[in-house]
Amino acid sequence: MGPGILEVLFEYWPIFLKGLVGTLKYAFIAVSLGSILGALIALLNLSKSKILSAIAVVYVNVLRGTPLLVQMYIAYFFLPIAIPALNSVSKEVYVLIALIMNSSAYVSEIIRGGINSVDKGQTEAARSLGMTAKNTMTKIILPQAIKNILPALANEYIAMIKETSLAGTFMLYELMYTRTILANKYLSWQPMFIIAGIYLMCTLGLTYVVQKLEKRFSVSD
Amino acid sequence: MTEFNEVLIETVNLKKNFGDLQVLKGISEKIYKGEVVAVIGPSGGGKSTFLRCLNMLEEPTDGQVIFEGNVLDAKSTDLNLHRQKIGMVFQQFNVFPHLTVLDNITIAPTLEKKVPKADAEAEAMQLLETVGMADKAKEYPRKLSGGQKQRLAIVRAMAMHPDVMLFDEPTSALDPEMVKGVLEVIQKLAESGMTCVIVTHEMGFAKQVADRVLFIDDGIVAEEGTPEQLFDHPQNPRTQEFLSQIL
Repeated sequence: MGPGILEVLFEYWPIFLKGLVGTLKYAFIAVSLGSILGALIALLNLSKSKILSAIAVVYVNVLRGTPLLVQMYIAYFFLPIAIPALNSVSKEVYVLIALIMNSSAYVSEIIRGGINSVDKGQTEAARSLGMTAKNTMTKIILPQAIKNILPALANEYIAMIKETSLAGTFMLYELMYTRTILANKYLSWQPMFIIAGIYLMCTLGLTYVVQKLEKRFSVSD
Repeated sequence: MTEFNEVLIETVNLKKNFGDLQVLKGISEKIYKGEVVAVIGPSGGGKSTFLRCLNMLEEPTDGQVIFEGNVLDAKSTDLNLHRQKIGMVFQQFNVFPHLTVLDNITIAPTLEKKVPKADAEAEAMQLLETVGMADKAKEYPRKLSGGQKQRLAIVRAMAMHPDVMLFDEPTSALDPEMVKGVLEVIQKLAESGMTCVIVTHEMGFAKQVADRVLFIDDGIVAEEGTPEQLFDHPQNPRTQEFLSQIL
């Protein structure tokens, strides 16, 4: 049976803390860089060019339709072959690229949905006043779309906190990786309960914050 | 109609298809400067589509729209400059919900015509005064009634100093008690000499303010004339049938 859960937590808490920091950091990098990439994909998707929007649709479908773990393996083994310049960077970067691309696919759909949720009459009113397409998007449509986009982005961050657990497979120091470290000390089940508890606190806590934010946003309706 | 001689908008054989459906089947019309034109006709007959083609919100399938001597081109950047002179008021108001009443009015002049903010706001306040809404300047549209939203939409368009105002069924989405206030604003505008094209179901109003009435049915101008000619002595059997159903 070995030591109890609390004993393990007290003895090894710095390891779990470092894992938690890694998890939050990777999720943040994935969602923030994924948001920038996702915004570009959403623009492609909404563009009038059929070719550009088809590229965006294929990108989104492939990344949402295949498991993240598979994408990580492909990034890990194939990226250094495809782009020899990447050979000099750490392996951490390959896995992060997979996380960022995966997140960008989800974020692009969030942004596209947010923009489409704004009534078409808003665009027509702005254009009928002689406003340019750019000003119409930045001053009229996006400020209204952001209300739907921000809470969904926060939810994507929560989902990504769980998704990053796969990165431990590739020796990235995040919560799941602490399992590998502690397995060397003959601890099998205790760390898993601790890890599950930390994940749960993060996701429930953030979900609560998002709900509060959503309420704040809906006040201006 | 001899008093009007300067053509402001001309359509030449205007056609519009939505998929296989031919909504406009060739309309050639002239709107003169200072003229108030009411457009009536049955639902689905093409009157709103005709109006929306005048500022290229709908891109014509065939034919031309000529505004102040310029052929409007949906792909040209000049279109934004021409649209600044073509005000439009929508059935659903389409006020900007994330902006205050004042900002609704000033956003287009400050962004697109580089009017200094203070000047734009001073003029916006004057415009709000004329429609009895000066006390609402700092409110957001969600606090306004339908009638107030539509009056805001009208002065928002007026702030661009348009040469013509297009009204697309401006009172159709209003509660009955709100209609009068909005019609009064439009009437004042029409009497001030503003060129107006008004798609409407308010026949009494059309008769009262219009210099000319177009009856659009099945994608063509089936009949046109002065309000007296069209309402009191319609010649086309389709006009007679339409009027008998609604009057």
